[in-house]
Amino acid sequence: MKILVSIKRVADPDNASKLKVSGDGKAVTSEGLEWKMNPFDDWSLEAALRLTENAAEKNARVGEVVLVSIGPNDEHTQRIIREGLAKGAERGILVEADEGTLDADVVSAILKAIVDKESPDLVVMGKQAADGDSNVAGTKLAERLGWPIINYAMRIKTADDGKTLEVRRELDTGVATVKVTGPAVLTTSDRILHPESVKNGVTPESHEYAKLEVGGRYASLKGIMQAKKKPIDKMSIGDLGVDATKKLNYTKFELPPARSGETTFVADVAELVDKLHNTAKVI
Amino acid sequence: MANVLVVAELLEGKARKTTLCAVAAAKQIAEGTGGSFDILSIGEGAGAAAEELVGYGAGKVLKADIAGGYICEKYAATVAEAGKGYDVLVACASAYGKDLLPRVAGKLDAGVASDISDVHIDGGKLSYTRPMYAGNVSGTVEMASAKQVITVRQSEFAPAEPSGGTSPVQDIAVQSDPVADKVEFLGVEVVKSERPDLTEADIVVSGGRALKSAENFTNVIEPLVDALGAAMGASRAACDAGYVSPELQVGQTGKVVAPKLYVAIGISGAIQHLAGMKGSKTIVAINKDKEAPIAQVADYFLVADLFDAVPALTDAVKKL
Repeated sequence: MKILVSIKRVADPDNASKLKVSGDGKAVTSEGLEWKMNPFDDWSLEAALRLTENAAEKNARVGEVVLVSIGPNDEHTQRIIREGLAKGAERGILVEADEGTLDADVVSAILKAIVDKESPDLVVMGKQAADGDSNVAGTKLAERLGWPIINYAMRIKTADDGKTLEVRRELDTGVATVKVTGPAVLTTSDRILHPESVKNGVTPESHEYAKLEVGGRYASLKGIMQAKKKPIDKMSIGDLGVDATKKLNYTKFELPPARSGETTFVADVAELVDKLHNTAKVI
Repeated sequence: MANVLVVAELLEGKARKTTLCAVAAAKQIAEGTGGSFDILSIGEGAGAAAEELVGYGAGKVLKADIAGGYICEKYAATVAEAGKGYDVLVACASAYGKDLLPRVAGKLDAGVASDISDVHIDGGKLSYTRPMYAGNVSGTVEMASAKQVITVRQSEFAPAEPSGGTSPVQDIAVQSDPVADKVEFLGVEVVKSERPDLTEADIVVSGGRALKSAENFTNVIEPLVDALGAAMGASRAACDAGYVSPELQVGQTGKVVAPKLYVAIGISGAIQHLAGMKGSKTIVAINKDKEAPIAQVADYFLVADLFDAVPALTDAVKKL
C-alpha cells in the first residue's frame, strides 16, 4: 500500500499564546517560536506508518509512505520533512510556496497534482492545521479527486492491500462506522494514537502499540541516520502545472482581548460557593 | 443583497439545535444585505425535521429525504444543486458541518470560511471573523469566490428564536454522485445522555487527567454535574485515557463551549484546552497546583485536592 501524507510546518502550537500581530494588522508574526510539524499531521503520519508496517517485526516496512510539504524551501520545512522520514516514511516532496499565496483551495489543487503523479492508495492528512484551524483542505482534495473523504478517523481496519477499509469516525454525538473502497482521503482524530487504532492485516491482530500520549512515535537513532540518505524532491507550483488562486483573503489579524479581571484565589469551598452564589451569581 | 441557504443538521429525524445557530447567522446576513434566507432539511426524516423549521422566518424550507445513515458523499451533490440559487451557504461548525460543507463548496467552486465567530457587512460586502491558532489570533477574512460557504461556531451564535409565520415546505430532487458508491454506512452509535448538551448548557463541569479513572468521574464529578444541572466535559487527556467518551472533549479538537459557568477540575489548562472554554463567562479552577496554566483564565481558583474539595462543593451546592 502506498500512502501520501501531507505535513505542514506551524509555529509551535504549545506556545501559540506568544504569537503577535504586525503593527498594520496584516500579518501574524511568530518570531521566537520554533517551527514544528503540525500535530494533526503527526498523528496522521503515525496512522500511515502503522498501515504500512509489520509492527511485530520491528516495524518492518511493507508499504510506502510519501511525505509532501508545501511551504518555503528553507531549513525549517526541510527539517520537518526529515523528521517524518526519520520516523519511517520512505521519501519526501517539498513544493516550494510562499505561505501568503496558500489557502485550502490552492493547497488542495497542489495536492491533487501530487496525487496525479504519485497514484497513492490513500491520502492521510491532519484534519486541520494548528495555525489556520480550518478543517477544509482534506475534504476539498477528496472532491477534486472524486474520492471519498473520511474525516476524523479514530480506528482503521484494512486488509494488507488497502483497497477497502473499515473506519470508525468520531462525530459530535457518537461514533459512525463506514466501509470505504479506496482510493480515499482520510483525516484522523485524537484517538488515532491509541494502541489498537490500526489493524492492517500484516501486523498480527493481537499486537498492541505502546500508548502514545501527545504525538506520533519518536524517531529512533537508526531512523535519524537513515533519514539523512532518503530523497526529498523539490518542485515549484509551476512545475506541477497548478494554476490556482486563493479564494480566501485575510484583511486583518488581531489578538483577542485578554480575559478581564484578576484570578481570585479562594480559601475553601465555603468561600467559593459564596463567590459563585453572591458575587458572580452563577449558581 | 445576499440570499442565504441554511443546511440543517439532523439527528435521528430531528433538527439539531446547531441548525438554529446557523439560522441566526443566515438571518443576520440576509437582514444586513437586504436578502432572504431559506433552509434545507436533508437526510432521513427530512420531512418531519422541515416541519420543525417552518417558524423561523425562512422564505421556504426545502426538503430532501435520503434514507440511511449520513455519508458526506450521499448529501453533497444535492446540497450543491440546491445551493446554486444562493450567494451564501451556512451550516453550524459541528463535525457534520465541517465534514459536509467543504465538499459542497468544492462542487460550487466556493471558498470556505470555517468556524466563524462573527459576520461583518460593509456596504453589502461580507467578511467574517474566525478564531485561529487555537483561539490565540482572530482573523478577518473576505472571499474572492462568487459563492461563499461558511460554518459558524455554535457558542458565538445564539440559536434563532421562532419569528411567527409559517414558511412553505418544498420538496427537492435528490442528486446522485458516483463517489457515494465508494462508501457504505455500517452503523452509528449515538451517545445518549439525560444531561444537557455540552454546547448548549449554562453550566459545564469538566474533569481532567487528575481524576485518574472512569470510576472517579462517576463518583466525584457526576454528582457535582447533576447537583448543578450542568453538562459534563473533559480534557483531551481524560478522554484519551478512556475515563469518559470522546464526544465530551472540550478544546481545539472537540467542543468549543462558552457557558455562564465553567468548572475545570484537575485540568492543568493546556493551550489546546483553553481554546475550547476561555469564552466562558465565569471560570472556576479546582487544582492542587496554583501555578497551573488554567490560572491564566480562571476567575476563581481553589487550590485543593479535588477528591476532598469536589464532594464538599457538591454538598454545599445541594444546600443552596
